Order: sequence, then structure tokens, then C-alpha cells
Amino acid sequence: MLDQQYRTITGSLPLAVPSLMTMQGGDQGYSTAPQHDHAPAKSKLLVRDFSFFYGLTQALFKINVDIPEYQVTAFIGPSGCGKSTLLRCMNRLNDLIEGARHEGDILLDNEDIFSPAIDITHLRKRVGMVFQKSNPFPKSIYENVAYGPRLQGLNQRTVLDSVIEHSLQGAGLWEEVKDRLHKSALGLSGGQQQRLCIARALAVKPDVLLMDEPCSALDPIATGRIEELLFALKKELTIVIVTHNMQQAARVSDWTAFLYMGQLVEFSLTKNLFTAPAQKQTEDYITGRFG
Amino acid sequence: MRLRHFDEELDALKVTLVRMASLAEDQIDRALSALINRDSGQARQVISRDHLINALDVEIDEECLRLLALHQPAARDLRLVTTAMKISTELERISDLAENVCERTIELNEEPQLKPYIDIPRMGNIVRMMVKESIDAFVKDDSVLARKVLASDDLVDNLMEQIFRELLSFMSEDSRMITRATRLSFVAKYLERMADHATNIAELVVYLVEGKIIRHTTPTQST
Repeated sequence: MLDQQYRTITGSLPLAVPSLMTMQGGDQGYSTAPQHDHAPAKSKLLVRDFSFFYGLTQALFKINVDIPEYQVTAFIGPSGCGKSTLLRCMNRLNDLIEGARHEGDILLDNEDIFSPAIDITHLRKRVGMVFQKSNPFPKSIYENVAYGPRLQGLNQRTVLDSVIEHSLQGAGLWEEVKDRLHKSALGLSGGQQQRLCIARALAVKPDVLLMDEPCSALDPIATGRIEELLFALKKELTIVIVTHNMQQAARVSDWTAFLYMGQLVEFSLTKNLFTAPAQKQTEDYITGRFG
Repeated sequence: MRLRHFDEELDALKVTLVRMASLAEDQIDRALSALINRDSGQARQVISRDHLINALDVEIDEECLRLLALHQPAARDLRLVTTAMKISTELERISDLAENVCERTIELNEEPQLKPYIDIPRMGNIVRMMVKESIDAFVKDDSVLARKVLASDDLVDNLMEQIFRELLSFMSEDSRMITRATRLSFVAKYLERMADHATNIAELVVYLVEGKIIRHTTPTQST
């Protein structure tokens, strides 16, 4: 079933997946910090000496991390460690907060996302976001997904129809809603609403999908469906997920970053971080000794 | 540092494993003494006690599966549970080999002693020490001690080779000695296999403590 979804997405989205050879051939400068494993794939997002302040309070301290393309990267850490802040900086959602400022850089495909030349609407189209609480518009299912493409000026009905079908299929929701596309989105279950928000994010064909605790309000079955979706989606885009659920991070991500009190403590392949973490603090956190 | 109920369960698992290890060590001791003192009664006793170790092997397996399923441990906790499962298998095999030594002992005792045993007890002592130290390393989280055990394996291999050559010379001198010499060379082989299992335990301890897999690597890779 996922395979089918994947074929459908690959058939519909114009994003070309580069061959493994070209992905590995890129000579990206990887971080050389000793506790870091090295990314085999090209880095999609580079975070460089990134600090962030809410007024006088410093929330992030000189973070350096490379987010590999077409992989799932999880941010874990106790509440208040800065993981959501870092995620929200990646599409400049924190710009909206009064008194917030940053130091350092975040590069998307080697382009500084804070550069004045960047069109912020375009940035947020390329870097989509799904939140903890699903937030469908009080419109029909169809109009929820059509919202982004329409804003971009896509109005041709047949094209729009196919974008909507493919986005809903990409989010694993099509089969459940295809007969009631024009009914209110608010009539969907919590898990369906969350997948609708994913479909809405996919409709504008982002390169990166940021997910902030996307399953924390969902039951285990709805959670499982979203997790399965990530495996299909990462073939098309780069995913960064913030989660409180360590088992979830272990299950779905390829790379895991552990943050603590605004510092990046460890960034490793997930399989290494959960079996033999390099840092004592990581060990204590993932084994439930603190946090 | 928060105290976890899970730590008590892990401690209990370690205690069961140590109990199994001390039973296995005891089996080696008794098997060696049955062999050296030509005591078939004691040999039979060792054979009859093997089921105790088998039962502990099953108990530890079940406990580890329960801990994995219910707690989904990570990092060091995960390494402890999976390592305990494997060590228990190694100990069970060691105990089986002690049983095999006793079976050969009973057969050997049906004929006069081929020769005074010198190298086989030496080998037995080293093996017993290796098993003991590998388990000590597990209990104390001591990967230095574990690596020391690894080094002893060569000693045992050399002794095995020496014993085998000596027994071969007996056999070529007098064909009536072939049965006994073959049985004794089996015993030497069993001891050598026990040392291999102790080595496996020591390698597992290195993984437990350092998170590094050193099995199937050359000695330089494993440092």
C-alpha cells in the first residue's frame, strides 16, 4: 500500500530524486566536530554556530548540525531544551515573535535563509510545517488542500484536482476521504485531520517538511499511520521531526540530535545513538535517568 | 540522578546470571576433579546437575524477553539485556561441555589410566580462570579484565595443540592406547571449546561496557 502511495507521489511530484551516486558525490563540507557521525547523503540544511534569543533569554547556543537530504532527522530532548525553537527557525516562524533574534546561519541548499534576498513566503513554501495540534481551516477537505496551490495562482480545475488527489494520497488519506472531499474538514477524526495538514503541506511541493510533535495528540493507531507515512515521504523530501517520544524517534528517524538546555549534546545515526551513545548525558536521557 | 524501578529489575537479572555462572564454574571444577581423581560417581553427579543450568538459561531468556517487550530499553540498558541473553547461552554451552568431559571420564575409568594427567589439569585451570574472570568482568563492568581473558585464549589453544601431539605419539606407539588417547583428546577439545565460550563472554562484556563490537575482528582492530 505504501509502495503504491510512493509510486503515486513519484509520478505526480516534479521533484527528481537524484541517484545515490550524485547524492554521495556532492562535496559538502561536513561538520568535523568529533562527536558527530558523518552524513553519507548531501546535506539539505546546514545549521552553523546558530544561537537564538527570546529577548534576553538565550534559547540556543551555537548549534552546528547538518540535516541530510531525503532522510528523517529527529530532535529529542527534555522540555525546554530548544528543539522546537530550532525547528521553527528552519522556516523562520520565530520571526513572528517580538524581541526574538538570532546569531549564526541556517543554509538551505547552501543559501542563507536569513538573507534579505530570501522571499519568506517562498522559503515557507519550500520548508513546510506540521504542528502538534492539527489545524485544518474551517473549510472543506478539498479547499484545505487547495489553499496553498491557489495562493500560488493555480486555479485550473483539472490540475488542481490532480494536485489534491496526489497530496491526499501522499498523506495516506485519499482512500478515506475521496467520497467526501467537499465535506467540512472539521468532521474528520484527529488522526485524519493531522494527515490532512500533511496533505496541505505537501500540496505546495516542499523540499523539507518540519514536524513539531505531530503525533502527540494522536492515539497509537493514528500515530502508527503517520510514522509509516514518513518512510514513504522521505523518498521525496527531507523530514525534520521534533518528538518527546523517544521510541518514535528510534523507529522513524535515520539521524537523531539530542539537545539539552539549548546545546546540541550529540548528533548521530539513530541506530548508534540508541544502542551506544557517545555522550553520558545522552545515555542518561534516553535510558530515563533524567529529563 | 533519578532512581528507576527498572534498575532493580536489571540488578535482579544480573544476580540470576551470576548464579548461573557460579553453577557453571562449579560444574567445570567437579568435572575436572572427576577426571583427575578418576571418580565416575562424581562424574555422574555433574551430568545429573546439567538440567539446573538449562533451567536458568530458559529463565534468563524469558526474563530478557520480558524486559525488552515491556521496557524497550535503550543504550546501556539495551546492551545489558541483550548481552545477558547471549552470556546465558555461552554458559549453557560451557556446562554442556563439562557434561561431555564427565561422559568421557566415565569411559576412561573403565580402563587403566593411560598416563599421569599434567597438561590437561593445567588447561582446565586456565579455562576455569577464564570463565571466572569473564563473569567478574561482567559483574564489575570491567572491560580491561575482559580483554585480559581474550589474551588467555592463545595459551589454551597452544596447550591443546601440545596435548594433541603428545596423545598422537602414544597412539602411534601402541594401537591399544588409541581408544583412551582419543577420549583424552576429546576432553582437551572440550576444554578448548570452553575457553572459546569464555572468550565470547569477554567479548560481550567489552560490547556491554564500551558499546564496541569486537567479535570476529583481528586483535589490532579490537583494541
